Amino acid sequence: MITEIIFAIGFIILAPFIGALIGGIDRKVTARMQGRVGPPVLQPLYDVFKLFEKEKAVVRNEVNFYIFSYLIFVVFTGALFFSGSDILLVIFALTLAHAFLILGAYAATSPYSHIGAERELLQLMAVEPMLILAAAGFYMATGSFSVRDIALWPEPIVMTLPLLFVGIVYVLTIKLRKSPFDLATTHHAHQELVKGLTTEFAGPTLGMVEIAHLYETVFFLGLVWLFFASMPWVGLLAVIIVYFLEILVDNTTTRVRWQVMLRSAWLVALVAGAINLGVLTLM
Amino acid sequence: MELLVFLILFPALAALLFCILPNGRLRDTIVVLVSAVIIAVTLYLFVLFAGAGTVYFDIESGMISQIMTGLEVIISAGLLYLAAKYRQYLIAGLVVIQLGVVLYAESLINETAALNNLFIDPFSIIMAMIIGIIGSLICVYSVGYMRDYHAHHEGMPDKRRWFFALLFVFLAAMFGVVFSNNLFWLFFFWEVTTLCSFLLIGYSWDEEARKNAFWALLLNLLGGLAFAFTFVWIGLTDPSGGLVMMDTLLAAGPAVAMIPAALIGFAGLTKAAQMPFSSWLVGAMVAPTPVSALLHSSTMVKAGVYMIVRFAPIYNVTMVGYMISLVGGVTFLLASGIAISQSNAKKVLAYSTIANLGLVVACAGIGSYAAVWAAILLIVFHAIAKSLLFLSVGTVEHKIGSRNIEDMTGLLGRLPAVTVMMIIGIAGMFLAPFGMLISKWAALVAFLDAQYGFILVLLLAFGSAVTVFFWTKWLGKLIEVAWNPKPVEAKISNHEYSALVPLTVLMVAVCIGFPLLSSYLVVPYVFGIYGMAATLGQANMTIMVMMVFMVLIMPLSLLYFRKDRKILPHYMGGLSSTPDMHFKGSIGVQRPVALGNYYLADYFGEKRLSNIGNGFCIAFIAMLMITVILGVIA
Repeated sequence: MITEIIFAIGFIILAPFIGALIGGIDRKVTARMQGRVGPPVLQPLYDVFKLFEKEKAVVRNEVNFYIFSYLIFVVFTGALFFSGSDILLVIFALTLAHAFLILGAYAATSPYSHIGAERELLQLMAVEPMLILAAAGFYMATGSFSVRDIALWPEPIVMTLPLLFVGIVYVLTIKLRKSPFDLATTHHAHQELVKGLTTEFAGPTLGMVEIAHLYETVFFLGLVWLFFASMPWVGLLAVIIVYFLEILVDNTTTRVRWQVMLRSAWLVALVAGAINLGVLTLM
Repeated sequence: MELLVFLILFPALAALLFCILPNGRLRDTIVVLVSAVIIAVTLYLFVLFAGAGTVYFDIESGMISQIMTGLEVIISAGLLYLAAKYRQYLIAGLVVIQLGVVLYAESLINETAALNNLFIDPFSIIMAMIIGIIGSLICVYSVGYMRDYHAHHEGMPDKRRWFFALLFVFLAAMFGVVFSNNLFWLFFFWEVTTLCSFLLIGYSWDEEARKNAFWALLLNLLGGLAFAFTFVWIGLTDPSGGLVMMDTLLAAGPAVAMIPAALIGFAGLTKAAQMPFSSWLVGAMVAPTPVSALLHSSTMVKAGVYMIVRFAPIYNVTMVGYMISLVGGVTFLLASGIAISQSNAKKVLAYSTIANLGLVVACAGIGSYAAVWAAILLIVFHAIAKSLLFLSVGTVEHKIGSRNIEDMTGLLGRLPAVTVMMIIGIAGMFLAPFGMLISKWAALVAFLDAQYGFILVLLLAFGSAVTVFFWTKWLGKLIEVAWNPKPVEAKISNHEYSALVPLTVLMVAVCIGFPLLSSYLVVPYVFGIYGMAATLGQANMTIMVMMVFMVLIMPLSLLYFRKDRKILPHYMGGLSSTPDMHFKGSIGVQRPVALGNYYLADYFGEKRLSNIGNGFCIAFIAMLMITVILGVIA
């Protein structure tokens, strides 16, 4: 029990810094790919600090409530994950968090954030099956939903769940808001919806969204790592490679329409899930 | 025993009274009183029998069975008259065949003083509480609603006496279904629910209502026919009639009971509106909203899933059970999909009911102890959330004059109290940490442990993503509050509030208190059958309860966020706009901003998905029937 709490608290304290570092390296690598120098590595952190210095401006008061709930539940999701809880509950908590983000955008009652919210919903719908199927795969591989048991499993789970791993990497692009699936809102400066989902969020409100994103990045990379948990360092290497691939894809593709995103994500989930789980059933 | 008989007879006798009483304050008061008595007696029943396990009651059946047969003949004659009058020859044919089959079966069985005709066990208690509490609250709500209803539909003949009588007959029949151990009795009550739903759907008796009512009757008679064939099988297998007792039949195990279980499963699928029979429940929304609430939450469809869950132990690891599961799983996925493309709130609710019942059926078809645990919890959560949602939609419809979700934009600002209740209902339907999610978690665990369960896992994974989509966008519409919203003036009747508020409280209470519900009622039932029981685990329970409290506390943050914020206008692409969302359009005209939701009709169109779903489910049911026929030949 005590170790679990320490892990959870460790995540809550360290994750934003690790996330900011990853984000900083991301921007540096991206800049190099585009032949620029790029910002300092700690820039994401400076950005967040600066946002909290800004004027507390909103379009509707209620928006803050939804965004704050989003942040809290993202933190809760990650803490559950890193303390080794039930992975299905982790996924459900994440869905709840995103529902709050979407409701925040709805509550802003603005055209840009409204369409951003619709698109975020589509993204949520595109990703959800893959996450649940991955959890099902973990259960079939290890006989447990507990992240703790999965992490302590003596063999690398990726060998039993190769297709589900590929599927998770695929939907990771959507979750990390990377091109070509950055439909709802994006880090790039060429979004046709201004800032989409986050158009109406400013100052500390936007700061909360940014912090939540840092937590979420760390959580998802942890999920990738879980496939290699029996070999921690190989796992770390895998996480680095996967993230580099995400950056590469981010910089070499253009945004697609939602139809392509939904169809491809569902197809990947269906194929990966049906074949991988089917083979495990027959074995 | 008196308590059980009371719960069946009291609403039925009250119904007789309502046939006579004219519209007016006296009738309204008596409706409330009768409902209160039913609620009180149901609670007393719970206190008395909660820890008692399964209790059988020996009632002399001879006389009662004869009365029931007599009533069945009268009902059949009535249906024949209506069918002939409106030229529904198919229905007439089914009624005649069904009556013939039942009478033939009765002649086969020389009933030797059947014992234990009534019984009660934890599952019956749960069902009785759903029927007694939720059903009665809906009756109370109807008092206020129907007054408004007739004010809104002036040309319509006022048949409210008839309406209230039917509501209570319906409740009586439902009590009969869940307390009967004698399958003949159960079948009688089963057919009464079919009849009541037919008459209530056709309440307004205009062209559309009549058409949909007859359609519902047709599909349910089809199920009734399958049920009736069970008796023929029993008569031919065991003329002494011992297998007419449900407990004996269930105890006989799959080797003996497979064929009746398949037939009753089929009957359950029709009543629970699974594809390809789902259209009757969608059509049923022409009825006044309390009827929909009743059909969807505490009666009718719940009778269907009740029977399937009862027979779940027989389905465990069999071909028949797997086929039933697949019907449920496919229905869950596709009905949820169709809900995305609907903007009519009642239709969204109808499809979501069909989908959730699909999940219950999928669990029951698997029939393992974990699956049955999940199925029963699903029934409870769904009953509460759905009745709350239908009733709040009904109230909103009368106040804003529309049941279209697009017209509910910013409803939180216009009708705050009812909208908050609606939001709680919606959250209960799909969001962690509320009820439905616990059941989804349990269903997933059950599927994973089942043979070839991975196909059901796939259906559940995609289906659950789809449900998130259509519920969240509805929630979003409700909270998209305009600047300085004008509250709707119209007052909501006390009768409506006195149903909505308890249901909301019940929803929250069940979310917090479900561990108690599980350990006092669901686990004893499951343990009694399987000798094992599923639980959520202490750690997960703690997390769930923590989440419930977090969600409940979170709105307090508004107190902080309301302070010293600067309100700025929206970004409108550089156009100057006003806080109430008007912008200066071309030639200087002020235009309002209109925001609509995505319905994705190309992907999730009703016609397209219904066709796919009906195709699959007909194939599965055909395989189920082939299994039965092979079983009969062998």
